[in-house]
Amino acid sequence: MKILKLLFVVSLLVSCNSNKKNEEVSQKVEDVNTTVSVSTDLEVYDFDGFEKYLTKNDGKTYVVNFWATWCAPCVKELPYFEKLNQEYKNKNVEVLLVSLDFPHLYDTKLKPFIAENKLQSKVVALNDVDMNTWIPKVNEDWSGSIPATVIYRNDESKFYEQSFTYESLENELKQFVK
Amino acid sequence: MKTIKILSLLALIIGMSAFTVAKIAVDDGYKVGDIADDFKLMNVDGKMVSLADYKNAKGYIVTFTCNTCPYAVGYEDRIIALDKKYASKGYPVIAIMPNNPDVQPGDSMEKMKERAQNKGFTFPYLMDTNQTVYPKYGATKTPHVFVLQKTSKGNVVKYIGAIDDNYQDASAVKTKYVENAVDALLKGSEVPEKETRAIGCTIKV
Repeated sequence: MKILKLLFVVSLLVSCNSNKKNEEVSQKVEDVNTTVSVSTDLEVYDFDGFEKYLTKNDGKTYVVNFWATWCAPCVKELPYFEKLNQEYKNKNVEVLLVSLDFPHLYDTKLKPFIAENKLQSKVVALNDVDMNTWIPKVNEDWSGSIPATVIYRNDESKFYEQSFTYESLENELKQFVK
Repeated sequence: MKTIKILSLLALIIGMSAFTVAKIAVDDGYKVGDIADDFKLMNVDGKMVSLADYKNAKGYIVTFTCNTCPYAVGYEDRIIALDKKYASKGYPVIAIMPNNPDVQPGDSMEKMKERAQNKGFTFPYLMDTNQTVYPKYGATKTPHVFVLQKTSKGNVVKYIGAIDDNYQDASAVKTKYVENAVDALLKGSEVPEKETRAIGCTIKV
């Protein structure tokens, strides 16, 4: 176990750039006693690559939340999405957390955040600077502020440019999960 | 108390089920072609500023921005550059900080003063103290730009959206939306792209 942990820290060290930041990252990881099950691999997509997550047609209900570590209201509501994922995963529901963090902060901000908060929902990063092209493809009504959330099942879909409480989020989900 | 809270939440959800929240927010603000109201807001130098103060302006680059949003910070130098390029041509930048500083202490008037001084802002940096201006305009995030043209009918909204198409790298920008809009207005032609979208930080209420 200890060896695995060491390997994990070493792999982190290798994957980062500046020395100072490396120390911070490994320190933080040590602090929360992270196990090796925390993946440091982050799936990063441009919009074309990401679009498959918005168009699944398999009868499952997907809750897709756009967030970033720098977005305070997003971070505040993350636990509700985590709870939803936990409570509804046996009811054919999956939460996907789509990070819009800056790519140069993936290693120093986003990955440590995922580890520290032990996020269980799947996290992917969307890195596509041409926002004016892809934002309307997610939803015509989205002005671009986050948090924003899409709930969909097959062809049925709803979009929310707002913050949620757990209750309001669950209420929306219940329209999809009967 | 809890029941009231739940009941009011339910009422809210029922009330909103006909529309999405986003739709309400967007529909409430200005659209391209609308006449934008003037305002009177406190600047970082302690003076009150209105659009009408700019007697010789042909229009304005009204920019909702703040100290704390990484996107807004990423665009700071480009906002300064816009003012340097267009103030003398009659389109000054008017920056408005829409956040509630009680929620976002980094956006207090004190911090705004510091930032304006450190960055050498050449334009007013106003606080939307009562948070009444940004909803009227329909700004939902920072940064969010409204290009206005002064006409005999009033200040007409000519462009709403992002500054350009690359928030990460100013040198990799392909389309400068705001510059294109102001250039078109200066030439007396149609704004090529009147509305664009970008990710930004939600305005803190």
